[in-house]
Amino acid sequence: MYSFDPTDEQKIVVSAAKKLAVKEFRSRMRDADEKSEPAPEWMQAGWELGLLPASISEEYGGFGEHSALTWVLAAEELAWGDLSATLVLASPNLVALPVLFCGSAEQKEQILRLFCSDSYAYGSAALMEPQFGFDPNAPKASATEKGGKYVLSGTKFNVPFAVESEWMLVYASLEGQCQGFLVPKGTPGLNVKERDQNMGMNAFPLYTVELRDCEIPAALRLGGEAGCDFQLLLNSSRVALSAMAVGVARSAYEFALDYAKHRKAFGEAIAQRQSIAFMLAEMITDIDAARLLVWEAAWRLDHKKDTTHEACLAMNFAGDMALMVADRALQILGGYGYVRDYPVELWLRNARGFAVMEGIAIV
Amino acid sequence: MISFENSQRIKDQQEYAESIARDVIRPQARYFDEHEHEEPWEYAKFIWDTARKKLESLNPSAVVPDEPFMLQIHMIEMISWGDAGFFMCLPWPALGGNAIQSTGTEEQKEKLVNKFQGSKPTWTCMALTEAHCGSDSSAIRTRAVRDGDSWVLNGEKLFVTSARKAMVDSNGVMVVWATIEPSAGRAGIRPFMVESGTPGVRITKLEKKLGYRSSDTAVVILEDCRVPLENLLGGHDGKGFKGAMTTFDSARPAAAANGIGIARATLDFLKEQLAAQGIKIRYGIPRHLLTAIERDVIDMEAQLRAAWLLVVRAGWMVDHHMRNTLESSMSKVKAGDVITRITQKGIELLGPLGYSRRLLVEKWMRDGKVIDLFEGTGQINRLVIARRILGYSNKELK
Repeated sequence: MYSFDPTDEQKIVVSAAKKLAVKEFRSRMRDADEKSEPAPEWMQAGWELGLLPASISEEYGGFGEHSALTWVLAAEELAWGDLSATLVLASPNLVALPVLFCGSAEQKEQILRLFCSDSYAYGSAALMEPQFGFDPNAPKASATEKGGKYVLSGTKFNVPFAVESEWMLVYASLEGQCQGFLVPKGTPGLNVKERDQNMGMNAFPLYTVELRDCEIPAALRLGGEAGCDFQLLLNSSRVALSAMAVGVARSAYEFALDYAKHRKAFGEAIAQRQSIAFMLAEMITDIDAARLLVWEAAWRLDHKKDTTHEACLAMNFAGDMALMVADRALQILGGYGYVRDYPVELWLRNARGFAVMEGIAIV
Repeated sequence: MISFENSQRIKDQQEYAESIARDVIRPQARYFDEHEHEEPWEYAKFIWDTARKKLESLNPSAVVPDEPFMLQIHMIEMISWGDAGFFMCLPWPALGGNAIQSTGTEEQKEKLVNKFQGSKPTWTCMALTEAHCGSDSSAIRTRAVRDGDSWVLNGEKLFVTSARKAMVDSNGVMVVWATIEPSAGRAGIRPFMVESGTPGVRITKLEKKLGYRSSDTAVVILEDCRVPLENLLGGHDGKGFKGAMTTFDSARPAAAANGIGIARATLDFLKEQLAAQGIKIRYGIPRHLLTAIERDVIDMEAQLRAAWLLVVRAGWMVDHHMRNTLESSMSKVKAGDVITRITQKGIELLGPLGYSRRLLVEKWMRDGKVIDLFEGTGQINRLVIARRILGYSNKELK
């Protein structure tokens, strides 16, 4: 039977995420964006939510079971607070969840405990490459087998916390397939280059990484000899970004709604004009619709059903929706929407990224 | 717990409805588009004699234990996939029946159910719109004046779906919205049951329409039409206009489901044709690598699924007795936009054949447009949503 009612446990997670989003994320959003640096509180206070350890079983040091649905519920609230902060907090997922989903028993044993401790542990993944026509299914970065080792070569960009991370999951082509390779910090041939600057998501530190004959033991191929289900990881990433798109859109919508009720023109609130009111009605309708697509895709992930189709629909819809909503919110604020004293321009910059930043988050 | 698993019962019913839509309805769709105002009798008899024994939603005396509305919207979507107008031709309580169910007394509801026990197909209809007022239904002028032990109705009603089927072809019933006190505006409006055979009811015209032609849309004139006191819905005081509005809370997702069936028919057909030409839609690759056709198809699919999930959510709220005025209007707004976009785009992607009457796609575009008009136009539903989210009255947001 269909149901749209989260469990009591999920409601508790959502309400805790909401508190954090208000207290630590939203309050530090502008400052962090201007400085292009995350606020330390995001890691510290954010980690207390325990979302990642709650996704990992006791066997590997955690205290729960992974649920994509719980993650998307939380991710929407967190991204409502701030997208960069959410990406920072979810960055350890980039290593931990692929290992949890596809890792060999050894890899789980070796890596997951790091992400179950009391303090935030940096984690990263390197998927995107700085060339037009980039296809995550067929990266130019390559992995070659050589005497019980894999040799990785290529250039990656938009790699979060490339300097700090204990583990970096590098995606590279192996015999025509995209596969993941777990590279420990300090491996020779893993060279972190310049900081990448984007239009938005500024407080989420991203770097260009060069792999030059970077050798890792064969046992560190994600999933061991069997490899990993890359499409599953890509689908989980698309669902994650879509959930965050709903959160960002909701923040822009709520701000514009409140503004439109208080801004007077020609003797009444501008929200009392249909031209504004109808925009708001269309914004909330598409926000709700996107959320339902995200929930459905996450529900399918949790039930181990093929989610390629649903994740694609959610990503396409939510990416467009977030951009449309943020753009209209800016339009409703007029000139105030364009100045950095107000938050809406930041949300528009962030919203543009969803359609193109596959691989930057995962649930 | 959030779930997107449909119940087995609904899946089974859907499967049966699909066989009707595919094997019984679809083959007749073109004929009744080109023979407007002919009645699909064979179909009506098949539904009455055979299908409604199996399709629980169609039978007002069948007891549907849980999710009755969820079952209904799935049935509507599937029958409409066959042909949207054929859904409107279903002999079942429909809109008029819903009004009676939501505003009527126990006796009145029983009367309705009894009308559906006979051996011949029976229909209901609802008369609300008038020539001078559509969306602003609180402005209706049809008068109801009490005269002794009856109410006397006078006025003209427009766009009455299935009026001929309910009042001429069968022993059905029409729910007429009339004012007992014109100066009172909204507060003066009451629903009345007018039964087939009542003197003073005349159908003066069947509309010729852009599409949706298998369903009759009539102009009805009421001239000193006398109904007994007990036919005032809701009893002596009546539930008035509010009743009409609560009816919309389920009628809007139902209308949306009607449109979604057409949109899915279009998209299913388009995807079949693309597949036959060897065009594959690649869902696993990022957007900047997609072809224009892939982008269009993915966009259409996403829009359709989004609209359908809004309908399912509104339906779930009906079954759980949650107030869903906002969500039902959202589902209707989205469905109205999506059906328009998908059918128009479908023709474009299929080229000149898409425009040809050899295929049904052009008909689906003509049929689909009405979804954004009835049960509250797209604009009215945007107003409903906007007032809810802004907390405005109808005076604050006109």
